[in-house]
Amino acid sequence: MKPIRHVINIQSFSRDEIDTILDRAAQLEPIAHGTTSDILSGRILATLFYEPSTRTRLSFDAAMKRLGGDVIDFGPTEGSSVAKGENLADTISVMGGYADAIVLRHPREGAARMASEFSSVPVINAGDGAGQHPTQTLLDLYTIRKESKLNKVKIALVGDLKYGRTVHSLAHALSMYSAEIYLVAPDELRMPDSIKTNLIESGIRITETKDLDDVVGVVDVLYITRIQKERFPDPGEYQMVACSYKITEDTLKNAKDDLIIMHPLPRVGEIDPGVDKSRHAVYFKQSFYGVPVRMAILSMVMG
Amino acid sequence: MKKENQPENRELRVRRIRNGTVIDHITAGQALNVLRILGITDRSTEVVSVVMNVSDRKKDIVKIEDRELNPEEVDEIALISPDAMINIIRDYKVVEKHKVILPSEIEGVVRCMNPNCITNTDEPVKPRFAIHRGDGVELHCVYCGRIIADRIVDFLI
Repeated sequence: MKPIRHVINIQSFSRDEIDTILDRAAQLEPIAHGTTSDILSGRILATLFYEPSTRTRLSFDAAMKRLGGDVIDFGPTEGSSVAKGENLADTISVMGGYADAIVLRHPREGAARMASEFSSVPVINAGDGAGQHPTQTLLDLYTIRKESKLNKVKIALVGDLKYGRTVHSLAHALSMYSAEIYLVAPDELRMPDSIKTNLIESGIRITETKDLDDVVGVVDVLYITRIQKERFPDPGEYQMVACSYKITEDTLKNAKDDLIIMHPLPRVGEIDPGVDKSRHAVYFKQSFYGVPVRMAILSMVMG
Repeated sequence: MKKENQPENRELRVRRIRNGTVIDHITAGQALNVLRILGITDRSTEVVSVVMNVSDRKKDIVKIEDRELNPEEVDEIALISPDAMINIIRDYKVVEKHKVILPSEIEGVVRCMNPNCITNTDEPVKPRFAIHRGDGVELHCVYCGRIIADRIVDFLI
C-alpha cells in the first residue's frame, strides 16, 4: 500500500519535490483560468477551518472543483460537533470516512501534524496557529518563479518577521534556491535567531535592516506582510509596531524596473492602493496562483 | 572521631541492596527529578533510597529494590544527568553496568514550552521531542517545532 502523502510543513519537501509541484501547477494553470477537468472526478475534499479564512478556503474549493472533484465543509465550528466539545483527533478520524483528503486550518501549532497521525486520508495543513502554512509557501515560490526568477533571487522580507509564519516558511524554502535575503523589520519584530542560524548554515547570505529604503533599489522581490494583531501576546507591543512600513508610489521611485511586490493578503494599509496599478504589483496574481498550486497539491495527494 | 568518608559511615548512609537497580553519578541535586522521569511517585510500591549531595555535593544516588530498569526506561535520565551510571544488582553483585545514553527521541517526559502547542491541550497526544546535540542538548517539539535549549528540568512532566 502506498504511504499517505500528508502536506504538513515545507521542511518535509526536497527541492526536487517542490520543482515537481511547481511544474505541475504550470501545467494545470490553464484549467484554473476557467475550464474544468476530470482529474479528480468522484473524489471528495473535506475542508475544516477552525479559524477564519477567505483566500485559502476558497482557492482550495475552486481548485478541487476545477479538477472535477467535490468539497464538503464543516462550516463554522459553532455549527459542528466542535461546539459540543469534540476534540480534533475524533473529528479527523471521522472525516477520513467521508472524504479522500482533508484541508485543515487550526489555531494550535502542531495541529496538522497531530491530525496526520489520526487520519486515514492525506491531511493538508492550511495554517496551524503561528506555525506552518506550506501551500502558501508553494504559491509564493510559484509566483516568484513565474513573475521574476527563483534561482538566486534577491528578495526583501518586510514587516512582521517574528510572528509571521509565511516569511519563516518562505525563507526556508528560498534557502534551497540560493536566494539572497534582506530582512526588513523593526527591532521588536526581527526574524528569530533560530531561523537566521538555519539560513546561514545552509549557505544563504542574509542582511538585516530597519529601513525599507536601504533595499528597494537592490532587490528583485519585495515581500511585505501584514503585522498580525492576533499573534501578539501583548496588545501594547502591537500598537508600537503597527503600520511600521507602507509601500507607496514614492517608496518605489528607486526600484528596479522588474521589481515585483508580493503580499500574502489580506493587507491592512501596508500597500497604498495607488500601487495596485503599477507594473510592480503582483499580489492579486499571487492570490490567483493559489488555485493552480493547490490543484497541483490536490492531484499529488489524491491522484 | 570517625571521618565522614570512612567505610563504616558510608555503609550506614547508603545501604547495599540485594537485588534491583542502583543509579549512581547522578548530577548533584537531580535525584528527585530522576524519580519523576522514572515515574516513581508516592503511589509506587518499590523500596527506593535516595541519597543526595554525597561525596562533597558531587553526586546523587538512587537505589530501587527488586526492580531491574531496562535501558529504554533509564536513558531519558541523560536529559538531566548525562553522566549517570546504571548498575543492575543481583544477590549483592553488580551484574550489569552502563552509562545512560541520550535517546534520539523522547515521548511523554517533557512538556512543550509553547503554550499554544497542540500537545498542551486535551487532545489525545503525548508531547514528543527530537533530541539534537550541538553545544548542549536541544529538544525540538515534533509537533510545533519549538526548541527547548536550557532549563529542561523546568518542563519535566
